[in-house]
Amino acid sequence: MTSLPALPTPRKLGLVIDLDTCVGCHACVVNCKEWNTGGYGAALSDQDPYGAEVSGAWLNRVHSFEVVPDGEVVGEAGEARIVHFPKSCLHCENAPCVTVCPTGASYKRADDGIVLVEEDKCIGCGLCAWACPYGAREMDLAAGVMKKCTLCIDRIYNETLDEADRTPACVRTCPANARHFGDLGDPESDVSKLVAERGGIDLMPEQGTRPVNKYLPPRQRKPLSASSGLLAENTSDATGLFGWLDKMLDRI
Amino acid sequence: MHPAPSIILFTTLSGLGYGLAAMLGLGLLDPAHIATKLAHVVALALISAGLLSSTAHLGNPQRAWRALSQWRSSWLSREGVMAIATFVPLTWSAWLAVIEGRYFWLPGLLGMAMSLFTVFCTAMIYASLKSVQAWHTRLTPACYLLFAIAGGLMIALFVAACSGAVERLLPAGALAALAAAWAVKVKWRMRMRELAPLSTQESATGLGYLGSVRLFERPHMTENYLTREMGFRVGRKHAAKLWKIAVSFGAVVPAMLLLVLMVWAQGGMAGALIAGLALAAFSAGLLAERWLFFAEARHAVMNYYGG
Repeated sequence: MTSLPALPTPRKLGLVIDLDTCVGCHACVVNCKEWNTGGYGAALSDQDPYGAEVSGAWLNRVHSFEVVPDGEVVGEAGEARIVHFPKSCLHCENAPCVTVCPTGASYKRADDGIVLVEEDKCIGCGLCAWACPYGAREMDLAAGVMKKCTLCIDRIYNETLDEADRTPACVRTCPANARHFGDLGDPESDVSKLVAERGGIDLMPEQGTRPVNKYLPPRQRKPLSASSGLLAENTSDATGLFGWLDKMLDRI
Repeated sequence: MHPAPSIILFTTLSGLGYGLAAMLGLGLLDPAHIATKLAHVVALALISAGLLSSTAHLGNPQRAWRALSQWRSSWLSREGVMAIATFVPLTWSAWLAVIEGRYFWLPGLLGMAMSLFTVFCTAMIYASLKSVQAWHTRLTPACYLLFAIAGGLMIALFVAACSGAVERLLPAGALAALAAAWAVKVKWRMRMRELAPLSTQESATGLGYLGSVRLFERPHMTENYLTREMGFRVGRKHAAKLWKIAVSFGAVVPAMLLLVLMVWAQGGMAGALIAGLALAAFSAGLLAERWLFFAEARHAVMNYYGG
């Protein structure tokens, strides 16, 4: 049934992504594809895989953005910075992709809030991908069905795996610990505390989708100007061997 | 948005077909005349061709029957259900006209109402998407309905001319519907052009508090499903030209021809020729209008792809 669960789901499983610590290595992207091409549902196909115009279905992608404070010019000493931005399905509470589905293939689980596609029912019309403002759904062109993040449903409940591995592939593999998995419906969970502490935010709240996944904004940095002393040719605070060298070289 | 030819053809053909079916349902045409009988068959053919062409873009068309199940939440499902249900009164009407040469108001009016509601469902598929701001307005179904009615009246006029009986009322009605359709369409387009984007790169990334956001690197070097489906640009580049083509063929030419028919109400060869030309120009203009409807609409996901 493509109507959404009536009440807030008792658990809201999702991801918390730390934009401050993500280094943009794309390991989560690769491990996501690796796990999900052999797991739940159809394989994640690539088209023209060894050609110049390679493309394929991915459930997680890392974009990189440049943020420039107003009035600053890129390249001049300022606060411009690069933010690496991993993006996958946000498992929205008010998921627009679910209600538009004509076949009942798309659904939101009533017990943990995970949004899934039952691929045997999917006709590949692509309307759910149109409805999603985040670009979380991609059509698999070989199988003709819609693919999306399952929150690694075949890992997180899989008791044949070690406990440490019962977490989504992207979270398990992140070398910077920028991705966290847990129940965002429980205010006492680690992820909820992290969101409260760091001021986690929703993406495009104006779309009214109420995403479960949260993003932790980059922390305030020390301004570049505060470090300018290190960059200029200022040796007034040099001591010891370097202080002596500095004085001797000045005299020559 | 990428203008898939199958969807453009579908919305245009089925719009014309349902428009014609609605006008036939009103009983405006002589049911005993061969041209009217043919018109019933043409309406069903246009609708069927439209429906078949819409299944051409599916990844798994063999499961299309499943799309009839979710009418409680999905406008696409409602459209499918209505499209099939509408065949019942339309086929009944067609049978009465073709075989018995008579008009009966019950299947006629029922078919008209259901035809127009099917067009409304089609439009609501687009209008219900908040992610595509240009479409997310009540003006979208208004445009679809008025274009269907105007197209239906123009085909009806052509049929009437072929059967040799043109009254002034029919070209006047077609002209009024055409004017109303384009008035709403112009309003729709003005709204689209003046829209302040609901979502921006700043709100999409949540980084607006740091400054202005610009895409530095895409996730992959090549195109992907999303950029191909939502990031179409050829239409946008030529939008001004396409709009002129749409208005010239879809509005100006048919309006002038309809005026001629209004003043000089004439059936037979000459009348049919004029009505046929008006209809052909209108259909060509409508194809350009539908192309723009998709190509000019910007999807929120492009905030993640620098456009």
